[in-house]
Amino acid sequence: MSIAIIDTGCANIASVGFALDRLRAGFRVVTTPDEVGDGDRLILPGVGAAGPAMARLSAAGWTAFLAQSSRPLLGICLGMQLMFDHSKEGDVAGLGLIPGRVERLKSSAKDVWPHMGWNTLHDIDADEPLLADMKSGQSVYFVHGYFAPIASYTRATTGFATKFSSVVRHGNNVGCQFHPEKSGPVGAKILQNFIHAPSLEVNVS
Amino acid sequence: MLAKRIIPCLDVRDGRVVKGVRFRDHQDVGDIVELAARYAQQGADELVFYDITASPEGRAVEPAWISAIAERIDIPFCVAGGIRSIDDARARLFAGADKISINTPALSDPNLISRLAAEFGCQCVVLGIDSARTGACWHVHKFTGDPNRSGFAGRETLDWIAEGIDRGAGEIVLNCMDQDGVRDGYDLEQLDAARSICSTPLIASGGAGDRSHFHQVFQTGVDGALAASVFHKGVIEIGALKQWLATQGVEVRI
Repeated sequence: MSIAIIDTGCANIASVGFALDRLRAGFRVVTTPDEVGDGDRLILPGVGAAGPAMARLSAAGWTAFLAQSSRPLLGICLGMQLMFDHSKEGDVAGLGLIPGRVERLKSSAKDVWPHMGWNTLHDIDADEPLLADMKSGQSVYFVHGYFAPIASYTRATTGFATKFSSVVRHGNNVGCQFHPEKSGPVGAKILQNFIHAPSLEVNVS
Repeated sequence: MLAKRIIPCLDVRDGRVVKGVRFRDHQDVGDIVELAARYAQQGADELVFYDITASPEGRAVEPAWISAIAERIDIPFCVAGGIRSIDDARARLFAGADKISINTPALSDPNLISRLAAEFGCQCVVLGIDSARTGACWHVHKFTGDPNRSGFAGRETLDWIAEGIDRGAGEIVLNCMDQDGVRDGYDLEQLDAARSICSTPLIASGGAGDRSHFHQVFQTGVDGALAASVFHKGVIEIGALKQWLATQGVEVRI
């Protein structure tokens, strides 16, 4: 088993790598699909803005590669948002791996923008392998201004300004809106679940 | 629910954590990574590292120790000190920092905030503001890490907060200089005024002396409270503080 971290060019790759080091999980950082080789788990991290990140991913050939790949893919924060069809941030097309659109969190007198800090997981799908052993009310670290609405892909929710998807899945494509690599022992467990959960049987057309 | 954040601030000078009173007379309080790990273990929600001499010395906070921290701790942290370009910011984010905070360089070049937000997203651009009362209002100070150069930046604090957010800052850290290091409580009046016009997360800094000060400051609606000496000197233990705040009805991560 080996993990490839996709270099989005504007992401916080070091932190994800350090988190995997702490779990003693081997990984490589890859910039093009050719470098994936025998990597059987992919991580798409993200810190930054959707537009520049998508431009870099497309230029490196990831859009076509990921559409055909059946490897388990974990998108983190912006990485999760890029897995959708479209993001309101910069009004850009995403990778199209999960059907849906990413919207902007509203700000109000009560809820500032962006959503930043530790918040709780709710409505946890008991069958979701990424969330094995997780309990409702556990806290993870969020930093984001855009969100995926609640839909059939939702595997956990969090409330801030609105109730949004904090964990999503469509086939072997799974995503966290929060940063597991920065979420203490709870986040470490989620990364471990990703590394060890078996790949789902999915048909890639 | 979103938790209120308790944020130890580590002022760094020559690779060590130091603490001064009203930004002067610094004493060594320990190794960066050791202190960071200890605070993370105690339940700190986030850490801030200020390289206090970087900006006055015309350099930026060192990526090497940022990586050393990121290797060891698994909570978010922000770094500040002398970041004045996209490249400076990129090197620090790639070293493992979650956010970068800019202060004096943003005063000299306000467009820096916009450029950083466009490249990395608002959420990792923090505007640090050193502010003190002059007469009826508050004014921004610059080069506060250097007693010989520190002085007025020629801006009113509330105006600068509004401009910073307009330009793309995703969080404001308001260092209330009149209260810094004196442990007499946060500057509630100034923070109240800032909260009323600040649409991003707002972090209070300066003045924490006992646990009741944290309870008071969260009543102003700030998102986080930053403190240094009470944690460095062991006056307040973070885990115990958060347990107590929870009993007072403050939403905290236990």
